[in-house]
Amino acid sequence: MTTMGHVVVVGASLAGLHAARALRRQGYDGTLTVVGDEPHLPYDRPPLSKQVLAGTWAPERTALLTARDDDLDLTWALGRAATGLDPRARTVALDDGTDLPYDGVVIATGAAPRRLPGTDGLAGVHVLRSLDDAVALRADLDAGPARVVVVGAGFIGAEVAATARSRRLSVTLVEPLPVPLGRVLGGEVAETVAAVHRDEGVDLRLGVGVEAVEGGDRVERVRLADGTTIACDVVVVGIGVTPNTGWLEASGLPLADGVVADATCRVGPGIVAAGDVARWPHPTYGEDLRVEHWDHAIAQGGHAAETLLAGDGARPFAPVPWFWSDQYDRKIMLAGRPAAAEEVRVVDGSLAERRFVALYRRGDQVVAALGMNRPAPLARWRMRLADGVSWAEATAPAEG
Amino acid sequence: MRVVVDYDLCESNAVCMAVAPEVFEVRDDDFLYVLDETPPEDLRAKVEEAVVRCPKQAIRLED
Repeated sequence: MTTMGHVVVVGASLAGLHAARALRRQGYDGTLTVVGDEPHLPYDRPPLSKQVLAGTWAPERTALLTARDDDLDLTWALGRAATGLDPRARTVALDDGTDLPYDGVVIATGAAPRRLPGTDGLAGVHVLRSLDDAVALRADLDAGPARVVVVGAGFIGAEVAATARSRRLSVTLVEPLPVPLGRVLGGEVAETVAAVHRDEGVDLRLGVGVEAVEGGDRVERVRLADGTTIACDVVVVGIGVTPNTGWLEASGLPLADGVVADATCRVGPGIVAAGDVARWPHPTYGEDLRVEHWDHAIAQGGHAAETLLAGDGARPFAPVPWFWSDQYDRKIMLAGRPAAAEEVRVVDGSLAERRFVALYRRGDQVVAALGMNRPAPLARWRMRLADGVSWAEATAPAEG
Repeated sequence: MRVVVDYDLCESNAVCMAVAPEVFEVRDDDFLYVLDETPPEDLRAKVEEAVVRCPKQAIRLED
């Protein structure tokens, strides 16, 4: 183990918190400073698009720290953004002029939501990433808007649409691709998700992009690329995120849609990265990944901490990516890497029942499993995917 | 070590089962069953991992 006296975790995030917890769990007893650009202590994001937005949870309930974390002996630097990292001087610069010296640093600055051009300062136009975003959007939904337009039918957009419908608001979901979540799930499965939204009363506009968001002080309408307009008082933009690496631009660290780490999550001497901001070569998938999932932030935060302490003995990080999404009464779970799958097959339940497991094949291997309201089988597939499972074996008729 | 599940929070995500199948099982009825409420010490690391990875933070350990 390398001897370290000062570790700085940049990002008071899920990944950052779990890195800090793992450092202490593994015996690191030096100073541990956590820097966060928001004023809040770490909080949980999944409830933001669901319980917080629905109004069933007070925002404070998303707090991640528990009584057990009192023993972590953390020094918080909240409401202060990191503005630079000097790998030679081994310092992290903050926006209040402070330079924090470090022996080890965990980069966990996450990602920021993309916005639509020309919407700055237009009231009623939202993104949903932070606790403050959720509180602001909830206030606009509380006002009882006549129509909410959600731009982008990815997981955030689909969840926001579902929550807004649960509040009996009129919702239009606009997506330039022909199906929601199409890039991730593939045709038939994505069609099933689309059907769920349609049945719940969402006005789906697929295969059409947004031309402009218009209004005076406040948004009044969304103009689509096909010339139609949708009158609305609230717009939620869910068109993906950009990793927060701006503060690293002068650092000399490798950046490529994220900060680039090696297979062990190490970026450089005494520098590791975790969570949405980290890109690393996945040892078994043979490609560079950057994963934006909740569970991944926990796992990689812990792994990066281990790597920081392990010195040359660091292990490669080879997780099976996994996440879930709750929409209405459907629980969608995905394990693995469905991208570039050549075939999708339902092996359990059926699309018509909207309760199924679908497997994704690439070559002769199962690369992903998706479940809709099938959590237990999905957990089993997740375990099998970790060991690698051939398509032939996975799709063979069950014995007995 | 005693495993306690808050069933008001549990959504049967089955993450615990993937982490510690010796202790947790979500069955076909979609309910979580704790197979061993007082698991042996050699499972502590796995059970603690299950506590951490639960998306609903519905599991806790009492020593």
